[in-house]
Amino acid sequence: MFAVLQFPGSNDDRDTRFAMKSVLAAECELVWHRSAELPADTRAVLLPGGFSYGDYLRAGAMAHTSPIIASVKRFAERGGPVLGICNGFQILCESGLLPGALVRNHHLHFVCEQVHLRVERARSPFTSRAAEGQVLRIPIKHGEGAYFAAPDELSAFESRGQVVLRYCDPDGRVCEAANPNGSLANIAGVANEAGNVMGLMPHPEHAVELAIGGTDGLAILGSMRDAVAAGASA
Amino acid sequence: MSDAARQRQEPVVDRALALEHGLTDEEWAKVQEILGRTPSYSELGIFAVMWSEHCSYKSSKKHLRTLPTSAEHVLQGPGENAGVVAIGDGLAAVFKIESHNHPSFIAPVQGAATGVGGILRDIFTMGARPVASLDSIRFGPLDDPRHRYLLRGVVDGIGGYGNSVGVATVGGETSFHECYRGNILVNAFNLGVVEADRLFLGAAAGVGNPVIYVGSKTGRDGIHGASLLASAEFDDESEAKLPTVQVGDPFTEKCLIEACIELMRTDAIVGIQDMGAAGLTCSSFEMADRAGTGIEMDLDRVPQRATGMTPYEMLLSESQERMLLVARVGQEERVREIFARWELDAEVVGRVTGDGRMRIRWHGETVVDIPVAPISSAAPELDRPAREPVELHERQKLDLASVAPEDDAQAALLALLDSPNLGSKQWIYRQYDQLVQGNTVLRPGGDAALVRVKREDGTPTDKGLAMAVDCNPRWCWLDPCRGTQAAVAEAARNVACTGARPLALTNCLNFGNPERPEIMWQFREAVRGLSEAASALGTPVVSGNVSFYNETSGEAIHPTPTIGAVGLLEPWHRHAPSHFCEPALAIVLLGETREELGGSEWLALRRGIEAGSPPVVDLDHEKRLHRLLEQGVAAGLIRSAHDVSDGGLAVALCECSFGAETIGAEVELAGSLRPEVLLFGESTGRVVVSTSSPDVLLAAAQESGVPAAAIGETGGERLCIRRRTGPSGDSAPTSEPQRGRGPIWIDLPVADLRVVWERAIPRRLETP
Repeated sequence: MFAVLQFPGSNDDRDTRFAMKSVLAAECELVWHRSAELPADTRAVLLPGGFSYGDYLRAGAMAHTSPIIASVKRFAERGGPVLGICNGFQILCESGLLPGALVRNHHLHFVCEQVHLRVERARSPFTSRAAEGQVLRIPIKHGEGAYFAAPDELSAFESRGQVVLRYCDPDGRVCEAANPNGSLANIAGVANEAGNVMGLMPHPEHAVELAIGGTDGLAILGSMRDAVAAGASA
Repeated sequence: MSDAARQRQEPVVDRALALEHGLTDEEWAKVQEILGRTPSYSELGIFAVMWSEHCSYKSSKKHLRTLPTSAEHVLQGPGENAGVVAIGDGLAAVFKIESHNHPSFIAPVQGAATGVGGILRDIFTMGARPVASLDSIRFGPLDDPRHRYLLRGVVDGIGGYGNSVGVATVGGETSFHECYRGNILVNAFNLGVVEADRLFLGAAAGVGNPVIYVGSKTGRDGIHGASLLASAEFDDESEAKLPTVQVGDPFTEKCLIEACIELMRTDAIVGIQDMGAAGLTCSSFEMADRAGTGIEMDLDRVPQRATGMTPYEMLLSESQERMLLVARVGQEERVREIFARWELDAEVVGRVTGDGRMRIRWHGETVVDIPVAPISSAAPELDRPAREPVELHERQKLDLASVAPEDDAQAALLALLDSPNLGSKQWIYRQYDQLVQGNTVLRPGGDAALVRVKREDGTPTDKGLAMAVDCNPRWCWLDPCRGTQAAVAEAARNVACTGARPLALTNCLNFGNPERPEIMWQFREAVRGLSEAASALGTPVVSGNVSFYNETSGEAIHPTPTIGAVGLLEPWHRHAPSHFCEPALAIVLLGETREELGGSEWLALRRGIEAGSPPVVDLDHEKRLHRLLEQGVAAGLIRSAHDVSDGGLAVALCECSFGAETIGAEVELAGSLRPEVLLFGESTGRVVVSTSSPDVLLAAAQESGVPAAAIGETGGERLCIRRRTGPSGDSAPTSEPQRGRGPIWIDLPVADLRVVWERAIPRRLETP
């Protein structure tokens, strides 16, 4: 079962469930943030986008103190796949499950648009359906999506191959012009060292139907489904 | 005065204080007659606000009664929080548009944000989940730093609230004109979806039922927002009204939406109402009035965020994100539980009574005791004098022969694309979440937005809802009746361009001071135009809002009746975008180009003239056009459809080329009309469509009685428009434009045109 966490202020929780359940035909449930434990049959966790607690203190800063996060940490330590999308990415960074932080977009505006992403790493439970170097077209919508990490930390996880997605132009070139928010090294998505926890600012759940934004988001959510199916049969 | 009143240091209630509260002598007499005594200070506050223009519609209701509001598919017309139309299979669309003009001018971020918050509450109070917002916003010229600040602030407010609350902003319109320099307009539209048998109304039914207050705590913000701010014009001291603007909290609203929808899936409640203008007062009176009941309420139980608030302040506070609901007896705990889960207050503050009186206690003392019915039934209804403005005929005079012809069509086109009114609005809508809820089929930037309908449990349906808001204020200024008809026609046409069938309308009527006969005349004419157009198109008006007093120091805005149209498309995946999506398709122009330049952008921008009669509106033609578009899109015959409006055909063709992929066009225009009429005239009822089977389309058009002509072909990277020579193909429709060597008017790379269009607004904002 895919558990989509629901915080007060989560906005894309139902959309993420729709993508998993209606499009990918996976079992999926919303799990309230005050639950002490993830449901026993949880095979993967998704932290959805939105404005948990209004983002009032700092994006993700309050949600990461919710009771469910302790259970998510234990789940991740056991190697369970955890994906944070947008606000979910911010929560994972706040909780220390992912390196770095997300700060205000360099142009100071909220931005909603289609972007292109280059897949930097295809051997991961989140990108196995894609090929390395493949370009995905997925929308972003955020005001605090500029990825930041300290230089030594950045070079350490870069060399370990933890950068999974980078903003690029339609031809896959990683360049300043293709960076929509001022993210360091055009980083759009990173994983933890073990590779089972990932966060990304773009919204794969908003690219799962051909006539509504295309299907490139399935490269990510579908990979996760495959990983869970493989785990179940192993 | 009672001892307690003295303790509160309440002022003595007399005629002078009543007048200060905005009541007239006649109204003051009526208050005393209803009560049989002098009102208390709190009661005076209640009468003043309930009988304010904003809450009572006293100047407008006589005229609004003439609007067509019913049809088989209308489940709820005006009078409730929002209108409701059936869309089949037990589902209904709930929608409304509302103004938040005055607050947005004083405090643009909060004014616009609370405008969005208010309209969302009107929708979910009916039991519907809000799914899509549109905004119609108007400013003074962008060379004025104040209006750059206002535009930035309003966009920030709309985005800040809408994005955070998780409702997609899918479209709207933005325009700029001198007439809004002293009064900007912010009209917010929202549409929600509900199972028709789960509709909730704002009635306080069932004597003995508990009255429950839910949402944010009450503070001192927004006191007199309705009576003072929205019901009087601005002057030099308007800045002093800043404290009357409310402050929004989208996070609380988001929790309130979820808690209310959760609660509405139970059978715990009988009625629910948003605390909007005049807060607790207006909501409780309206709820009791609709049910023919009374309410007794204890103000000490109202959750408060400020200490030492007087009853007067509590009753008139417009603190945001609050609702009043009436539950079934014994369901109080259930309501509390659901709201506690969302970390929101839910307090029983009173009870429904059967005596038809509003009785409000505070510190054990009765501070309000008023019969409910008379406050609405005896509410003033005015028949204000109306007089046609003396200068109207002068305004409408335009001798086309004396207007110098366009000598450089390319320069004219570039100038039009570079104008903020016609330029791309991407700078605005990219700051809005257009996608949340995962249903946005057609995003902002086209004629209408199209949203797929899901059921509350997340099951997708084949239904799509198309929606658009429109108004050409210059046309309404030149001729309010025809201008309003044109706004209705354009909104409905925009919806029809997606392939949807227009179902119903909502309206936000923005005008100046109704105490001036010229303004009242504009209003009356606009309502007449709206009524005629809505009847002719079979699209009843199901909700709306009137905003008067949009003037500063005697200078009124142009009459701006913003019209929202909603249409149904099933199955939604058979839709047409507004831009070209494939090369080598035939371009067909539906509708007729007449020798009309009055009130056009070209005339204003290139000749500095704002005069003439706006283009004729042929409502029967519009109706035929709707049917042709609906059938053509459903059959796959029409691949793209774009309405011709501001800037005329040349600008419309550019917009068709500015899709995600650039696709140019080669076009030849026949006819003996002046080039500026063919290129930039704004005759109504025209749509540019692309098709792979022009012969079939032209035959279908002829059968439908819609004039149509093949004018060119899509493809290439340039937009080329020339006159077609040889015999005019006007009367006999032919699919092959003759490749005559007529003079070339426009021949430019689409990329160059696009840059100018895209930079129109951003480049003006780069100056701080």
